[in-house]
Amino acid sequence: MTTSAGIAPSPLRSQPLRGNRLPAWSFFAVAVAVFAVTAGAFAVTKLSGTVDYFVLAVAAYVVIQSAVAWAVEGRRHAKDRFATLLVGVAFLVALVPLVGIVGYTIHRGLTRFDVTFLTHSMRNVAEQDPNGGAYHAIIGTVEQVAIATIIAVPFGVFVAIYLVEYSRGKFGQLVSFIVDVMTGLPSIVAGLFIYALWILDLHQGYSGLAGSLALVILMLPTIVRTSEEMLKLVPDSLREGSYALGVPKWRTIVRVVLPTALPGVVTGVMLAIARVFGETAPVLLVIGTSASINYNPFSGSQGSLPVFIYNEAQQANATAITRAWAGALTLIAIVMLLNIVARFIARFARVRG
Amino acid sequence: MKSNRLVALSCLAVAGVLAMAACGSDNNSTSNPPSSSAGGTSPSSASGGSSPSASSTSTTGGSISCAKGTLQLAGSTAQTNAMSAWTKAYQTACKGSTIDYGGGGSGQGVQNFTDGTVDFAGSDFPLTSSEKPDADKRCKAGPAIDLPMVPGPIAVGFNLPGIKTLNLSASNLAKMFSGKITKWDDSAIKTDNPGVTLPPASIQAFHRSDGSGTSFNFSNYLANDAKADWSYGANKQWPAPGGQGEKGTSAVAQGVKSTPGGIGYMELSYATQNQISYAKVGNAQGKFVELTTANVVNFLSKATVAAGASGQDLPLSFDYANTDPNAYPSVLVTYEIVCQKGNPAAKVSLIKGFLTYLASDQGQGILPQNGYVKLPTNVQSKVQAALAVIG
Amino acid sequence: MDDDERRDTIGTGHVAPRRSASSLAVGRSSRGDVIFRQLARGSGILLLLIIIAIAAFLVSKAVPAIAKDKSNFLTFTGWDPDGNPPKFGIAPLAAGTLITSALALIMGVPVAVGVALFISHYAPRRMAQLLGAMVDLLAAVPSIVYGLFGLIYLVPAMAKFQGLLHKYFGFIPIFSSTGFYTKSLLVAGVVLAIMILPIVAAISREVFLQTPREHVEAALALGATKWEVMRTAVIPYGRPGIISATVLGFGRALGETIAVALVLPITFKVTLKILDIQGNSIAAEIAVYYGDAGKVGRGALIAAGLVLFAMTLLVNLIARAIVARRRDFRAAAA
Repeated sequence: MTTSAGIAPSPLRSQPLRGNRLPAWSFFAVAVAVFAVTAGAFAVTKLSGTVDYFVLAVAAYVVIQSAVAWAVEGRRHAKDRFATLLVGVAFLVALVPLVGIVGYTIHRGLTRFDVTFLTHSMRNVAEQDPNGGAYHAIIGTVEQVAIATIIAVPFGVFVAIYLVEYSRGKFGQLVSFIVDVMTGLPSIVAGLFIYALWILDLHQGYSGLAGSLALVILMLPTIVRTSEEMLKLVPDSLREGSYALGVPKWRTIVRVVLPTALPGVVTGVMLAIARVFGETAPVLLVIGTSASINYNPFSGSQGSLPVFIYNEAQQANATAITRAWAGALTLIAIVMLLNIVARFIARFARVRG
Repeated sequence: MKSNRLVALSCLAVAGVLAMAACGSDNNSTSNPPSSSAGGTSPSSASGGSSPSASSTSTTGGSISCAKGTLQLAGSTAQTNAMSAWTKAYQTACKGSTIDYGGGGSGQGVQNFTDGTVDFAGSDFPLTSSEKPDADKRCKAGPAIDLPMVPGPIAVGFNLPGIKTLNLSASNLAKMFSGKITKWDDSAIKTDNPGVTLPPASIQAFHRSDGSGTSFNFSNYLANDAKADWSYGANKQWPAPGGQGEKGTSAVAQGVKSTPGGIGYMELSYATQNQISYAKVGNAQGKFVELTTANVVNFLSKATVAAGASGQDLPLSFDYANTDPNAYPSVLVTYEIVCQKGNPAAKVSLIKGFLTYLASDQGQGILPQNGYVKLPTNVQSKVQAALAVIG
Repeated sequence: MDDDERRDTIGTGHVAPRRSASSLAVGRSSRGDVIFRQLARGSGILLLLIIIAIAAFLVSKAVPAIAKDKSNFLTFTGWDPDGNPPKFGIAPLAAGTLITSALALIMGVPVAVGVALFISHYAPRRMAQLLGAMVDLLAAVPSIVYGLFGLIYLVPAMAKFQGLLHKYFGFIPIFSSTGFYTKSLLVAGVVLAIMILPIVAAISREVFLQTPREHVEAALALGATKWEVMRTAVIPYGRPGIISATVLGFGRALGETIAVALVLPITFKVTLKILDIQGNSIAAEIAVYYGDAGKVGRGALIAAGLVLFAMTLLVNLIARAIVARRRDFRAAAA
């Protein structure tokens, strides 16, 4: 998995046998010079804007530093410097939007992220009103995800057990392939399916349950895959030991294999939950609209946190946009928490064997 | 075992989340500072979770006939602002009633109504002859009828920094919205606006991308008052080429607001709420008419129930050739499309009670402060008569 | 990624003993065993049936709609399936989907590879672990947040940048413009690029970390600079991994709905002019139009959804094939 930083990066210290090297201070000096000159250019010419400044200054630094290296150290080392700088710049370029999104969400979200927001619904609140909150939406999403989990986890784990412990031959391969196919199912198509079948053809009406069903389709492949991986990691010696004691296969699976793989399975489930918690598209189509609290996911429209954000974001009123950001902050906080807990479990309770 | 502790932990987390279910509130009344009710835990989770009653309906008077239950509505975003005022008043007066108006556009409203996923729909145009049979079928026991409920002007909002008012003739609007005039300082616009310094900026027209009664009514106005320059007819799917489509009136308003050089058609309330300037619009008499309640009423007062309508069905038709020089012609009337008979027994009293409130003097009375105008009294009494036999 | 490797390593030493063990268990013929096996097998069958049902249902809705289409489904540029006559075509939707996803790859992948190299081979080890965990976390930010950020912040913020692109590169046809800069294919591409960045970076990083130490040390022994080590040892070794990460990112970009729906103008013109206020995508169209859709309209959307599904399926299968090839590659290298 992605967290296992098993192999350490090799200590790559290329020691030159000969040739000039730039002293450490020179990088600092060049950087200061370039940034100062760029600042000067911005003061004198028509150039303006903070973003423009940093873009130009960094680009100039990369070029000039490489040029300096070429002059002092030669072509090979200049290339090396250039590549190092580019890699560093790539990192910065990636960091800015990613951290920017989270930072900006926190910045905009904090305006309305308060007890009122977390404990009130949108009942009797018009878009231009400053009050109201996302409680109805949070409850809706929590219930929808909970139901989806209750359906998807046993189902998915059983499929995984089948794949690892029982299946052989063509049918197992077919099921395995089907799981791969499901992984690629776009979330909106899952929603459209439930909308067309459950809501329109079967006349079941909008409900939280309909949202759960769409989420089940999205959760299943993730749960099957991760559980399968974890069950495979359980060493055969444990199974054989159990069989040798005369324990039937099913009890071996329930009492030996599953408990050993449990932390990994739980991690996979948590990650799946975190993923579907933020799903907007499938839920949007099937839960209807509700501004009031509806604790009953089986009847009547329900709110959903991602859909709440989606709807508020498209209003023109500043009050609605502010609510959207507060909702986004809430959502990020919940999803991050789920992820951190999942990774915590993964790290401290690895499958041992 | 370690894994057992894990299970216990996750159970604890789930329990914690469920415990949270006890502390939410539907009470957003501003007289009661919202934060004060935050700490208190309302009793159980089974019933709609309404807060420990703020009592009495005193502010709204006594004539609302209350019913319990929930209604799921959708449709015209043109009446969203009226609906949020109405649902607020009704839900406040009637404990145990929950009414959700989902918006989505008139096209979606009609479609959802036909599919049976909403209890009634809002729409800016009456059911067309092709939609009517399916809508009637949904109602089973009786026809689906159009009840005009919310008349309102369509404002032509624009975003030109520093310019607060403009004269735009129907012909110029037709050309701007079909890409034949592309610059704000076009001579045709200049001639109508002596003394205004128009910037050489490009025109970015915003229209609705979804099926919309606002599109229908605005293109209907252009088709009637700018026949020579508008060959696209009237359609709920915006018929002209070019421009940027946005879903829902609020997205059009957001687009105009954030785009210098932008222009778009939207219900007045969206323009006023978002500080978007709107134009004086040319009418059939060649006059530029300011968007005021009086001018809109001048135009609407000539509206009649369309020829061919039968029974309690009340589609209106506008008199675009209105001879009143002060008639503001860019208007719409949004309807509620509802089953005359055959509503589910559990919902019928709430549907009837809510709609009756909308058509009452009290309900119509809150329209002007939300950017709409009241129904002409002759139409209003017809609507009330139609509502009396809803079942 | 790793799942296939594990299957490999475990697979061989796994099957034989288990088979004998299970036959031993069957010999005891516990009724619990039978029930449990049927339960597990039943789950597999149920899953299969569900997928078949979904597929059959979707196809049964899509085919009649396409049959009613009075225009060419593959080439028509417009979407009026409930009109009279019904006319709709997948071309503008599919084109928008592909263009925005391709833009996302062009902008996102080089940066992601840079990030992966930085974390795996340039940053100090402790910092690398922290950064790696952070990138993983960022991959979990829900798409609606990216959409909100794109709509409220990026659309206005990128107006200037789009203007500059047009000003200096306007002679290239794809950067021609009407002079208005709001929602566009480019903005959608940028949002998608940001979204796929963490995934591509995470997978590439894993692959780079697995570079055999011998390869790196051999390069170093020859006096290679760090960049030369990257170029001769790390990147060639990781290339199949980068490619499969790219393809997976592509698959995610294709299927993304909400973030794209918020920053695309939803129009029906096939265009390569990425600054124009034009563009749509299959997923976005479904999200925006589903409510309006009547009978034919729903079938049309489902047909579009199936096209999207076919696209993502193809992409995922390609990714899988590459991973499989890489296994051979590694086996040969070992």
